[in-house]
Amino acid sequence: MIASSHTISVLVDNEPGILARVVGLFSGRGYNIESLTVAETDAKENLSRITIVTAGTPMVIEQIKAQLDRLVPVHKVRDLTVEGPHIERELALVKVKSSGDKRVEALRLADVFRAKVIDAKMDSFVFEVTGNSDKVQTFIGLMEGLGLVDVGRTGIVAMSRGGDAL
Amino acid sequence: MKPEESATTGADLLVKALIDEEVEVVFGYPGGAVLPIYDSLFKQNRLRHILVRHEQAAVHAAEGYARSTGKVGVVLVTSGPGATNAVTGLTDALMDSVPIVCLTGQVPTHLIGNDAFQEADTTGITRPCTKHNYLVKAVGDLARVVHEAFYVARSGRPGPVVIDLPKDVLMNKHDYVAPKKPVQHKSYRPQVKPDPKKVEEAIELIAGAKRPIFYAGGGIVNAGPKASKLLTQFVHMTGYPITNTLMGLGTFPASDKQFLGMLGMHGTYEANLAMYHCDVMINIGARFDDRITGKLTEFSPKSKKIHVDIDPSSINKNVRVDLAVVGDAGHVLEEMIRVWKARQPKVDHKALKAWWAEIDKWRERNCLAYKQDKETIKPQYALERLYHHIKDRDHYITTEVGQHQMWAAQFLKFEQPNRWMTSGGLGTMGYGFPSAMGVQIAHPDALVIDVAGEASIMMNIQELSTVAQYRLPVKIFILNNQYMGMVRQWQELLHGGRYSESYMESLPDFVKLAEAFGAVGLRCHEPDKLDDTIQQMIAIKKPVVVDVLVDKTENCFPMIPSGAAHYDMLLGPDDRAAKPVSEEGMVLV
Repeated sequence: MIASSHTISVLVDNEPGILARVVGLFSGRGYNIESLTVAETDAKENLSRITIVTAGTPMVIEQIKAQLDRLVPVHKVRDLTVEGPHIERELALVKVKSSGDKRVEALRLADVFRAKVIDAKMDSFVFEVTGNSDKVQTFIGLMEGLGLVDVGRTGIVAMSRGGDAL
Repeated sequence: MKPEESATTGADLLVKALIDEEVEVVFGYPGGAVLPIYDSLFKQNRLRHILVRHEQAAVHAAEGYARSTGKVGVVLVTSGPGATNAVTGLTDALMDSVPIVCLTGQVPTHLIGNDAFQEADTTGITRPCTKHNYLVKAVGDLARVVHEAFYVARSGRPGPVVIDLPKDVLMNKHDYVAPKKPVQHKSYRPQVKPDPKKVEEAIELIAGAKRPIFYAGGGIVNAGPKASKLLTQFVHMTGYPITNTLMGLGTFPASDKQFLGMLGMHGTYEANLAMYHCDVMINIGARFDDRITGKLTEFSPKSKKIHVDIDPSSINKNVRVDLAVVGDAGHVLEEMIRVWKARQPKVDHKALKAWWAEIDKWRERNCLAYKQDKETIKPQYALERLYHHIKDRDHYITTEVGQHQMWAAQFLKFEQPNRWMTSGGLGTMGYGFPSAMGVQIAHPDALVIDVAGEASIMMNIQELSTVAQYRLPVKIFILNNQYMGMVRQWQELLHGGRYSESYMESLPDFVKLAEAFGAVGLRCHEPDKLDDTIQQMIAIKKPVVVDVLVDKTENCFPMIPSGAAHYDMLLGPDDRAAKPVSEEGMVLV
């Protein structure tokens, strides 16, 4: 069986320890986490949404979903990868320190990638780039030759296409 | 009304909540952080507190209480070491799906995180070994959390729940609001009733089987005594053979001719071979544990598998099944019986007859045979005699972990559920004695016997003090071979007979030890005096420790060595040279 990457959305009660529960489940059972994002998404109902990208054989993915669903504060578990088309986005902050041609090239590429300059000094930029992980990764890769000094990434958030809610 | 006038302290409120949950007994040990609770317990007489001598024993006692009654077992321990000592018991309860609510004290909220005296990160430590846990930060949440904890512990696949209680929360005041019944949990709602279509499909598969077998586990015990009756009824309706897991013993009467005995690593020849050769396997409330399956690629390769389980995460975890029915075993069996009756399916009687003939041939191997001589007591013989003397009495059996446990599973017969308490998943030495205390508390007039080994019993021997205090007439039946027998057996079979640290040196004189705690000690080493000793043990209405000196080198057979397949069974001592254990098997436990 071939391991493949799955993006899973989990709706949970926003309570202390919930993230530890989810992360502990993955480490305790030897599953991978490729990306993890979490934030409150419904203040009134006190709910958070966790987006996990994980890899495994179909049997392991099935287990991961069942194990997540079994946690008491978990409301819903959805495997976006198998449940139809979905969109994924990631945001990265990319700091580049350079001068002369390299500085100009960094700015030009940022424009191509529709990255925003959100901080500028005479010898540095911080770019904000948004897109799917491939795009973000490509942009970071290009900056490596142009004075890249720092990267911060949010990890993936994802949502199904169409009108259905989680 | 001002809150101060009507309100009660967190500790009083906790006690009220426990009484509303119909708790009768709490197993515990006091300490600084839980003093307010002990003060509240002192001022009432509805709840009975049993003072154990170690917190691990408190959890095992609560497990024994829970498994023998079907109720939730309740534990009360202090912060720090009280909580960490309870961890083994909690893990045991998680692995064996036993409903427990464990109340742990905690340092006051303003000290949490300061490395205060007797502080431990209890919710952090117990997160992976509980079904769920709570840290109560405000007294206003306390009653709700307690009621929710009981709901979570007993619903779905049962398990242990910890409630961590900071001392200031126990002392602050708040009104008590009785729980709404039934509890509507906002996210945890396990599926109890099965999908009727799946049941129909299952019946179709079951009815069409030529070489069927039922494989029933602890899920049926947890579904209540009615589920065992339904299982028995359904198995009788079909005429098919059935085997039980270690945890499932008693869910089908052992004396019934359709019963093949326990399966798995030390299961019977007929049960394991029937599992290997079957064409339809009906797993109800068991989880394809590695002690059951042996080598996964060789596990029942030709069968269609039906798996009934209340926990969807048990399905397709180790073994891929053809049909999954999620639901409570009792409800599923009820549906199965209903559909079977409605359809009146035509079973292939000819095929079934041939299948039984094959099984009977395997039975003829008499895989549990042993040779008793006049000199030394064989452990199997000791258990056969024990069973002979208790079978007509109202009795409950608990065990420790090791060879004696497997022999007890093989040689004692269980006709009803809730009569057999053993540590299956975690394999906790030291489980049996405190568990027996819990059983005896729940069933004061019954005969409660802990079948023990001399190594295991030493792990919670301090509880002799507890049985003395509460005059619990628990019987400890030690099969004393002066070795950690199962360790020694593996060293003999897998490690060239190098008995590294498995000899039990400097054992106490168990008779004197019993007497030191005000119990009665008996010893027996001659086969012809065994019956007398057992009868004496039963007759004494006090705690009794029986030291049965048994053959030191006896091994537990049949045995499927780790990593081997069901057909690769060792049936006796002469079998061992022929089948060396694979390298792959050596790394398994």
